[in-house]
Amino acid sequence: MALEPAAAAPPSDREEKILGIIETARAKQAKFRDSHITMAHGAGGKATQSLIEGLFVPAFASQTLRAMGDAGAVSVDDLELALTTDSFVVKPIRFPGGSIGELAVNGTVNDLAMAGARPLALSLSLILEEGLASDDLRAEVEAIAHAAAVADVEIVAGDTKVVERGHADAMYVCTTGIGRRDPRARLSTDALRPGDRILVSGTIGEHGTAIMLARGDLGLDAEIESDTRSLWPAVDALLDAVGPSLRCLRDATRGGVASVLNELARASSVAMIVREADVPVTPEVGGASELLGIDPMYVANEGKLVAFVAPEAAADALAALRCVPGGEGAADIGEVKTEPPGMVLVATGFGGKRVMDQLVGDPLPRIC
Amino acid sequence: MRFVDEYRDAELGQVLAGEILATVEPGRHYKIMEVCGGHTHSIYKYGIDDLLPANVELVHGPGCPVCVIPMGRVDDGIALAREPSVILTCFGDMMRIPGSDGSFLDAKAEGADIRMVYSPLDALRIARENPDREVVFYAIGFETTAPSTALTLKRAKAEGIRNFSCMCSHVTIVPPLRALLDSPDLRLDGFIGPGHVSTVVGARPFEFIPASYDKPVVVAGFEPLDVLQSIHMILRQLVEDRCEVENQYARVVPYDGNVQALKVLSEVFELRPHFEWRGLGFISQSALRLSDAYADFDAEQRFAVPGVRVADPKACQCGEVLKGVIKPWECKVFGTACTPERPIGTCMVSPEGACAAYYNYGRFAREREVV
Repeated sequence: MALEPAAAAPPSDREEKILGIIETARAKQAKFRDSHITMAHGAGGKATQSLIEGLFVPAFASQTLRAMGDAGAVSVDDLELALTTDSFVVKPIRFPGGSIGELAVNGTVNDLAMAGARPLALSLSLILEEGLASDDLRAEVEAIAHAAAVADVEIVAGDTKVVERGHADAMYVCTTGIGRRDPRARLSTDALRPGDRILVSGTIGEHGTAIMLARGDLGLDAEIESDTRSLWPAVDALLDAVGPSLRCLRDATRGGVASVLNELARASSVAMIVREADVPVTPEVGGASELLGIDPMYVANEGKLVAFVAPEAAADALAALRCVPGGEGAADIGEVKTEPPGMVLVATGFGGKRVMDQLVGDPLPRIC
Repeated sequence: MRFVDEYRDAELGQVLAGEILATVEPGRHYKIMEVCGGHTHSIYKYGIDDLLPANVELVHGPGCPVCVIPMGRVDDGIALAREPSVILTCFGDMMRIPGSDGSFLDAKAEGADIRMVYSPLDALRIARENPDREVVFYAIGFETTAPSTALTLKRAKAEGIRNFSCMCSHVTIVPPLRALLDSPDLRLDGFIGPGHVSTVVGARPFEFIPASYDKPVVVAGFEPLDVLQSIHMILRQLVEDRCEVENQYARVVPYDGNVQALKVLSEVFELRPHFEWRGLGFISQSALRLSDAYADFDAEQRFAVPGVRVADPKACQCGEVLKGVIKPWECKVFGTACTPERPIGTCMVSPEGACAAYYNYGRFAREREVV
């Protein structure tokens, strides 16, 4: 910084006490105390965290679950596997750049890939609303088959349920995936070290923006397509290029890149600094976000990953990402730091700094 | 993006920051209030306070229209939404504001039909599409959003749409400023004037601030260079011992405002004798209600709205925080009874409110260093 602001007065005793209370409250495990489930519990922010850490994890008492990975590690004799599951409830079911069927395959494949596992097979469960047009179902089944072929995974089991009209919205798709953990991978959410670089595999915010516009109630029109794709080729390339130097991978789905960074800053007790000017965003997504008052860092992606890499391997990792289809726009956006632990900071394009916090609920358009 | 990036130029920002540093007198402390929540958002988004010398302090003002809605009015909205015939429509940022028993989001989760809209015209469209339902638009905002509500009501009247009404909580900008300025313990040196409101009301209504209260006002735009330049203009007034209304946002704000919008406002609305502001209490003639000509569209007349007043908790000291009398952590309930998850006062409700910002970024807000 060019300016040296004068030192602030030291905090008083009372202020110290209050700050202490806040820090104790923050460090406590999230509690789930809400009387009802609201949309915020599904938005990937603080409310979701309270549900997972305050209800699910304690109830199931699984060490693997406690690691909070995108997929759980399972070992069968000497075979190292990864298992994950996901449900897809997107509305509308078809949108520019993809559809619910493709998402259901790529989403689960990507959760496996983020655990450093080569996706092998999927199960497929469909919940269909009475009255769904058969042509719509056929189109989605074809989309699922196509996406599975592209991702090189086999659909090996399935289930179908039909519910009365109004009890589901067209169709919901659930997929469970199994993969084989790659011996080149040494990934963990608490492996981040100060100095590590933060990479994203391309321009961000496209999926969430495409969905918002496709719902049609914003009255905005722009050529923005969902980025849904399998990320295993990108992970494969990263493991090949920098294997042991790769600390952790996350696909930046619900809650966007900002949520991934916050989760990992907490999990590894490190700080992060993001250089806003280096974050790749297309002019279309940038413009739509500007109009809606939404930060693309919080918008969902379905084909972008965030990679944390040891500093000496960052250049090779970036080069590897850029050679993979869909990774041409990969960028180094920031660095892992020591202080203040658990916090993500942004060096804004304008030259200031601010905290990039977790979302409290869904990102809501602002009027003021 | 053209016409946007020009106002976000980091190099020019550094130049302005340097000029600000050269303008301030060392040893003197400057407290400047940005009145409008939109400015608070810009300051936060671009990290503008990070570019200011330590003796220039920004105080977040009362200009966040959702945060100033008192709990009783939120409760009234929820009561309306619970009527089986009613579809309640509102802007997105209203959804999380807590009433005495939860927010609109909570009420929606419990089954009330509450829908987020981006314009009051969307609410009117919902009314046309649902002729067997009563569609209520929960109108909030300063003079900035009031004209769009007014035009929507005019259209509803012209089209004879009978199942549309408006629960009006529009507020006006001058009375709360006057209330703040009237308090004897005020500790502010100048004001960043609300640019968006001023596009409607103009800069002239703020002349009373330098004239009667001896504080400079600079009506400002919302890009980071706008905000920095406005701070510089206020500091120069203070240092040069001048005191006047200046218009930094002249590319958008006409000094006399938008005459047509003001005409529509006076046609559709009239002043309420009193209105309660969360954290600030009752302020005379500080809000709008529908005029007699539009009484048929007034949800408060069409439905039995409980209208129960829910007092701000006694311990809440938002008023003093807003006036710059105390720091957030000096409030009796800060961080204990009042937290961002369960806010009591207006300053904790909005993530950009002074208390919420301090709670979230606490120690870090003092020393912005990463190592």
